[in-house]
Amino acid sequence: MFGYIVRRLLQAIPVFLGTTLLIYYMVFAMPGDPIVALFGDKAVNPAVLEQLRARYHLDQPFIVQYLIYIGGILRGDFGTSFSGQPVGTILAQTFPVTIRLATLALLFEMIVGVGVGLISGLRKGKFFDASALAVSLIFLSLPIFVIAFVFQFFFAIKLGWAKPTVSGEAGWGELILPAIVLATISIAYIIRLTRASVIETADQDFVRTAYSKGLSRRRVIQVHILRNSLIPVVTFLAVDFGVLLVGATVTEGIFNVPGVGRTLYQAIIRGEGPTVVSFVTVMVLIYLVVNLLTDLLYAALDPRIRYGK
Amino acid sequence: MRRITLAAGIAAVATAVALTLTGCASGGNNNLITTNGSEPQNPLVTTNTNETGGGLILDSIYAGLVYYDAKGAPVNEMAESITSSDNTNWDIKIKSGWKFTNGEEVTAQSFVDAWQYGAKLSNAQLNSYYFDIIEGFSYEEDTTLTGLNVVSPTEFTVTLAAPQSDFPLRLGYSGFYPLPKAFFDDPVAFGENPIGNGPYMLQEQGAWKHNVDIKLVKNPDYQGGRKPANGGIDIVFYATMEAAYADLQADNLDVMAGIPDSALKTFKTDLGDRAVSQGAAIFQSFTIPERLAHFSGDEGFLRRQAISMSMNRQEMIDAIFDGTRQPARDFTSPVINGWRGDLPGADVLDYNAAKAKELWAQADKISPWSGSFQIAYNADGGHQGWVDAVANQIKNTLGIDASGAPYPTFAELRTAVTDKTIATAFRTGWQADYPALANFLIPLYQTDAGANDGGYSNADVDALFTQGDEAKSVDEANTFYQKAQEILLQQLPAVPLWYGITDGGYSTKVKNVEFGWNSVPLLYNVVKN
Repeated sequence: MFGYIVRRLLQAIPVFLGTTLLIYYMVFAMPGDPIVALFGDKAVNPAVLEQLRARYHLDQPFIVQYLIYIGGILRGDFGTSFSGQPVGTILAQTFPVTIRLATLALLFEMIVGVGVGLISGLRKGKFFDASALAVSLIFLSLPIFVIAFVFQFFFAIKLGWAKPTVSGEAGWGELILPAIVLATISIAYIIRLTRASVIETADQDFVRTAYSKGLSRRRVIQVHILRNSLIPVVTFLAVDFGVLLVGATVTEGIFNVPGVGRTLYQAIIRGEGPTVVSFVTVMVLIYLVVNLLTDLLYAALDPRIRYGK
Repeated sequence: MRRITLAAGIAAVATAVALTLTGCASGGNNNLITTNGSEPQNPLVTTNTNETGGGLILDSIYAGLVYYDAKGAPVNEMAESITSSDNTNWDIKIKSGWKFTNGEEVTAQSFVDAWQYGAKLSNAQLNSYYFDIIEGFSYEEDTTLTGLNVVSPTEFTVTLAAPQSDFPLRLGYSGFYPLPKAFFDDPVAFGENPIGNGPYMLQEQGAWKHNVDIKLVKNPDYQGGRKPANGGIDIVFYATMEAAYADLQADNLDVMAGIPDSALKTFKTDLGDRAVSQGAAIFQSFTIPERLAHFSGDEGFLRRQAISMSMNRQEMIDAIFDGTRQPARDFTSPVINGWRGDLPGADVLDYNAAKAKELWAQADKISPWSGSFQIAYNADGGHQGWVDAVANQIKNTLGIDASGAPYPTFAELRTAVTDKTIATAFRTGWQADYPALANFLIPLYQTDAGANDGGYSNADVDALFTQGDEAKSVDEANTFYQKAQEILLQQLPAVPLWYGITDGGYSTKVKNVEFGWNSVPLLYNVVKN
């Protein structure tokens, strides 16, 4: 087990180098000069332009820029944004916000998705099941920005239950509305996944055996059906957590959440290479770690899976 | 019974969530006026801030020699007097007893040091070109502005390289603000926590929360004419205008400058008399460079006139901007003192299909038209709608092939424009730095001027600009600038389209909201109900 983890972590090193190189190249290849854009429509002072290019190493060939950047990262220096803030600080400010948002969204997915899916599965074909399927189909087919705008308009502007946007503190309470929006699409998926899994498990021999042993229905559902049907759901949730951490750009923009997605979007628009690459790099690392944890979780849930020596 | 337990559990959780949702909806600092802004692109240094996000903050925390009132007229702020007999040698006296918020006295030296720093090449300040009118400025090497001399703590003189009749008008721009000694000790740290002498100051060290907001409170020592009627302002950085507008509708944002395109149709009904719509110092156009085939010399003038007359500006404004623009009548803006809507030759901006075809045919006699006409724009700025409309109107009237040419980003378009590799017409726009006709004209159409993207050059125009600069008064200067505009209307170095409009609104919690000539709300006047 330990050896397996070490091997997986070592594998992460080439993945890390490869992705940073690729992303750095893509930012480098982005057309247009971000320094020229800094001047807006106004006159460009050529001498100032040259100096700013040199300050951000934009006058160097690609590979030199990349090596300077990687060298900085190894010393714990992620570079600075155009507004003079160390990218490391920006990372430290935005990731906690996005982690809170993703955790909340995951919580909603678990409670609502697994709950509704379980009841649906146990009452296959009944009214609750049919309506849950219908509602989840609606949410599955709506793009997230539609859900976000509709929720923002009704719950925040019309009903006043929450504020339309999130303040700088981005506390747990404020993040509930965007988290629900973020969770809706996955909830629909989890309902269906749980339902199918519960139906399949409920037909298994060991469930019949449990009933015939005289166990209460509650105990059969909790211990035998639920635990066994959760394996695919838990792995989906784990992967989804990784996605939530990196992919909330649209929702964060609409609710003005000062998190990773919004900051990254702004950095891309402004062509701030160091910010973009550092953010994406951290995202890649998170994804690698979450994937590893997911695989370990598999083994914990299903004793038949073993990661060998 | 047991089945119900699970459902009841879910219901309980849902109720708890709903309760938290309502419970946490309140909070925030109620004393400050909130307004929308955007994360400054650069450290908050007066000589290095050239965009609106940082400009809004600097204008609030600094007091310059003059400030602009709602109409754009300069009012002495720190200046006691700004005088000159020849428009070249200026004598500036400042009021005494003013302090930066760290206690340091604001003296003539504070101004001179700041300007010297901003002009010095190796400091790489984005506003350095602002000082090129002062004697001693160089684009090639580090120099001292020899034109700046401190006479006494309350007086300094400025010698310009050439006469500038509108020099006092420029002095309200943020590049001309004074800087305290603390800045020169550590410019980097200062850019994070700037110290000013204006109506407001940072609430505390680290009040600038990047990508979130910046909180400013009233500066008790401020003595100028912009005395705050409120306790302070919280400038909230929004990623999108839509998010800010949602907050405005929910009364969660007090003063909003700008309205998102998606709400242009509805904002006047949404907000009622809390909606604001007035003229702005914004001029929009597209530029057809001289060097394009068929667009040089007399042929080019004819073709530009034909293109200008082939468009129905009002129709496009109504269809695309819901009426929130004003058709252009010249190259400046109606909010600027000296503007005239009836310049001789302004009929070239009227829709006249027959005349347009006739002029185009005349040009064809010089050299027959070939190829297609394209207008480049940046796709990240919401320009596609009007560019396509302009292209369609040209196509329909003149019967030539015309279309938009999108560039993915602003950076890419500006790079192609400034290095003069662009091989099509392109969108251009100008927002005034200071409220003067000259600011709309000289930087754009003088030979080799910094923002003369089309490469336009006309000796008569240049001469009129110089005469304007040397004039005894702004009014006299304006007569020369208007004469220059008459030539520009014939030759159309840029094809004027429309003037921008200041859109905005405010919440039910505030009153006395007024927007200035530069589309920025006069936040110091806003009062909480």
